[in-house]
Amino acid sequence: MKNERPETSPFFARDRDQHPPAYTPWYKTSVLRSPQRALISLEGTASEITGPVFGHSRLNEFDNDLILNYARPGQMPIGPRILVHGRVMDERGCGVDGALVEMWQANAGGRYRHKKETYLAPLDPDFGGVGRTITDADGYYWFKTIMPGPYPWPNGVNDWRPAHIHFSIFGHGFAQRLITQMYFEGDPLIPLCPIVRTIPDPAAISRLIAPLDMNATIPMDMRAYKFDIVLRGRRSTLFENRKEGN
Amino acid sequence: MVQPLGYLKESPSQTAGPYVHIGCTPNFAGIHGIFEQDLGAGPLYDEKARGERIAVNGMVIDGGGNPLKDALVEIWQADADGLHNSPSETRGTADPHFRGWGRSPGDMETGEFLFETIKPGRVPFRDGRLMAPHITFWIVARGINLGLHTRMYFPEEVEANAADPVLLRIEHRNRVPTLIARKEGEGLYRFDIRLQGEGETVFFDI
Repeated sequence: MKNERPETSPFFARDRDQHPPAYTPWYKTSVLRSPQRALISLEGTASEITGPVFGHSRLNEFDNDLILNYARPGQMPIGPRILVHGRVMDERGCGVDGALVEMWQANAGGRYRHKKETYLAPLDPDFGGVGRTITDADGYYWFKTIMPGPYPWPNGVNDWRPAHIHFSIFGHGFAQRLITQMYFEGDPLIPLCPIVRTIPDPAAISRLIAPLDMNATIPMDMRAYKFDIVLRGRRSTLFENRKEGN
Repeated sequence: MVQPLGYLKESPSQTAGPYVHIGCTPNFAGIHGIFEQDLGAGPLYDEKARGERIAVNGMVIDGGGNPLKDALVEIWQADADGLHNSPSETRGTADPHFRGWGRSPGDMETGEFLFETIKPGRVPFRDGRLMAPHITFWIVARGINLGLHTRMYFPEEVEANAADPVLLRIEHRNRVPTLIARKEGEGLYRFDIRLQGEGETVFFDI
């Protein structure tokens, strides 16, 4: 944690043009799960602009090493070894320290470790597919994993998900809560994917595609992909209308 | 030409997908041995916490009346004195025995979520008026493209609810009851969240 007073002002209004609308019928599950009424707009109160702290002490040594955190002793999962790293920032470009970053993914064959998953690709006995980390004072995070495989899913008759890693990010306020997915540079399935195409703006989609980062690659070990994540920014406290004593 | 403002854009949301529980509640999903316990699981209080113990259960229901069995629900709320256990809390120090944040997967068979918490105190609105006691909810699932924010209020708080600045903002008054839980017993509340159609829950753009 930075040795500064925590910020207490509301967040910038969310720019919903950067996000998928709720109703995206080409992604069929959204049809019955999309609210139809207008959202009620509300400037953040203490109930939304505050949030819990996740201490680094909660983490175990291998929480951010998906190559080792489920592997049997002396074993490792099959697949291309990669390092994923980047910064969690807010819309002002400030690093978000202490952010909880949780990630989950399929194995190299495109199979998730889940009892409702039926894809015929095999489970990897050494791969759980889940990890977590907390950003440092500059908002930086990293984790090691296996490159996930693409997989088919029941939506259209022949829809495939591009290789992706799911991210859940918890910044400083409940209103900053975000779940998203990271895609990999050069994957030809990205523009074909109905879930990717829920995002209307191509420039917004590009901000979910992680580039290969040769400078962070570990020679003779693993390639690196860089994935920066941007959470909502906070309004400046300097110009707040505040009551005496606040 | 003018100087660029230089703000970044928020990363776009993507659905949590069908396997959000692998990432957020792996032990619930059957993946053991990585984390000792799932974050946000269990009661939000320990035995020394102040306030009335309550349980909140409910379901997230789609536009066809079907409970979601793959949702993830998170709550965030004040302690019994209306203070949040957060570094951004400026009005005082919250009860250290109450963490204020919880996360519950819907049961894989029934879709029921459950939170064991305490009844929150009142928190001021931005202009200083007190809001009625409430719990802030956030819902994600397969088919939800951007997490949904809503609030649960308490049915016995008739006067406070009637004066609540957030509830007063809801133009269509017949929608207000979608935010008020049903009391099903001493300290037991039910709060079903309807994503669409008749009785669609009020969701907030915060």
